[in-house]
Amino acid sequence: MTGSGFGIGRIRWNWFAALAVLLAALPLVSETNTPTLLAIWALFALSLALMWGYAGILSFGHAAYFGLGAYTYAIASFNIGESTVPFVLALIVPAIVAAIIGAMMFYGRISDVYLGVMTLVVTLILNRFMNATAGDAYRIGNARLGGFNGIPAFPTLNVPGEPSMEVYGTFYYYVVIVCLIAAYLIARWILASAFGRTLIGIRENELRMELLGYNVPAYKTAIFAVSGAMAGLGCLFANWAEIVTPSVFSLGQTAEVLIWVIVGGLGTLIGPMIAAVALGSLKLELGHQTTVDNSLILGAILILVVLLIPRGFAPTFVAWRRRFAQSQVHRRQARGTRRRHVALQEAKQ
Amino acid sequence: MSEPVVETRELVVQFGGVLAVDHVSFTLRERELRCLIGPNGAGKSTFFKSITGQIRGANASGRVLIRGQDVTGWSTHRIVRLGIGIKTQVPSVMNGLTVVENLWLSARRTAGHDGADAAVEEVVAELELGAIARRLVGELAHGQRQLVEIGTVLANKPWLVLLDEPAAGLTNVETERLVAIIKRINQTATLIVVDHDMHFVRTLDSLITVFHQGAILVEGRAEKVLTDPSVREVYLGHRA
Repeated sequence: MTGSGFGIGRIRWNWFAALAVLLAALPLVSETNTPTLLAIWALFALSLALMWGYAGILSFGHAAYFGLGAYTYAIASFNIGESTVPFVLALIVPAIVAAIIGAMMFYGRISDVYLGVMTLVVTLILNRFMNATAGDAYRIGNARLGGFNGIPAFPTLNVPGEPSMEVYGTFYYYVVIVCLIAAYLIARWILASAFGRTLIGIRENELRMELLGYNVPAYKTAIFAVSGAMAGLGCLFANWAEIVTPSVFSLGQTAEVLIWVIVGGLGTLIGPMIAAVALGSLKLELGHQTTVDNSLILGAILILVVLLIPRGFAPTFVAWRRRFAQSQVHRRQARGTRRRHVALQEAKQ
Repeated sequence: MSEPVVETRELVVQFGGVLAVDHVSFTLRERELRCLIGPNGAGKSTFFKSITGQIRGANASGRVLIRGQDVTGWSTHRIVRLGIGIKTQVPSVMNGLTVVENLWLSARRTAGHDGADAAVEEVVAELELGAIARRLVGELAHGQRQLVEIGTVLANKPWLVLLDEPAAGLTNVETERLVAIIKRINQTATLIVVDHDMHFVRTLDSLITVFHQGAILVEGRAEKVLTDPSVREVYLGHRA
């Protein structure tokens, strides 16, 4: 008997390797600018999917950490020059902010609804604040925050220890893909650990976990911080765009990641990542026309998914595949029984 | 006489103008099995929750001591970590997980990652949960879920077990089995059982504390308590 399971399937390494090869070969047949952006969005979706899908914490303001990562990188790289420390800071700062906000919420035992409102308010405050930082007084070291116009032209990612060797184009695509794969494997490792299983227990029944002696607020604060750090990889977005503006804290950014996770399927990691890529591609395609508004289409997709496949695509697909496999087994068994019956009849004759 | 393991001193719980627990001083000794009974609204479950830290802060006053340690104001998980297992009034289980996963989460905290599997096997064997071990708890019947919750309590290997209405909704056969399980637990642990089912309480053959309007009305053995005129008045609404 074992405690394994908890709804977390094993990684299919053959599929994983095939996908990695496919992603590695993509630059041979396509430009890398759009795939890089889609991979960054997949990372963002992964960060929320881990926290919401497995610990049951719904944050309406996950864009706050995405944006904090982007701004931290821009500000730090302006001041430091070399990108390694700014990159690390872009993970640490959102994690610390998330830990502080999370501790206040979870130790304060506020209800889920207020938690949602609080996280949303934090994002809106950051959005308003950053929009109001146009004056010269708003500078951190060499970096001017720039208000509505944001921070442009900061030093982008370079090879660690080599400021003159910038990472861009196809090389940058590979860096983002490596970050995506690493973040996915870390998320899987967290879920397979006792910590991850405890989070799943908390998602299922917080009171019971408390009655079993688990410090629930501490666990929730910890995953909130981990998810915040993962969302801090929004610094990759800043590097991709080569500018960071207050729009990273926008309601649209927050709503999009929620839609990706719902459509992809709560309680899976891969589903929200695929949804981020698919819906992100659709958004980019729709961006080429002006007849129909983007958000209208995304909203319609969300409504359809909630009505028709409320569990999202990935869990529905898994359930459908399981049912299909079971029906195949039953069919084989019935065929075997029929054959044995016929053989018995023939033997009698 | 053995040492007291649970003590409350002048415990008061108030919700607005309602005095749910009224200056209760209570003592429970090592390896004792104690039943708390009383009609609905007598304050049994509120008292139970205030011992376990589920009710604390502005609503509660007085002191709670566990093995001599003052745990007043402690959070539930801290109190539980002293070695206490709690079953709640409404079955509190993880419906989306299997029976084994529920038990594993309980065992893991005390037995560690490596020892958890063995502890789970032990509980599955003890409560005869083998047939439903791999099923989702949410798919089980009420009695089975009650049993799973008791299993999660036992997998923690507590020295003090608190069971709130463990027999609620059980069939006669299930109740008989539960009585045997409780008596078996009592061989190694101290127990408080909260219930209002007189027949169930009588079969446990323990010391009984009767609650009424938030206060302790009577304490004693079943034969004394159940024939007490004040208890009969509380339960039946008139003097016998």
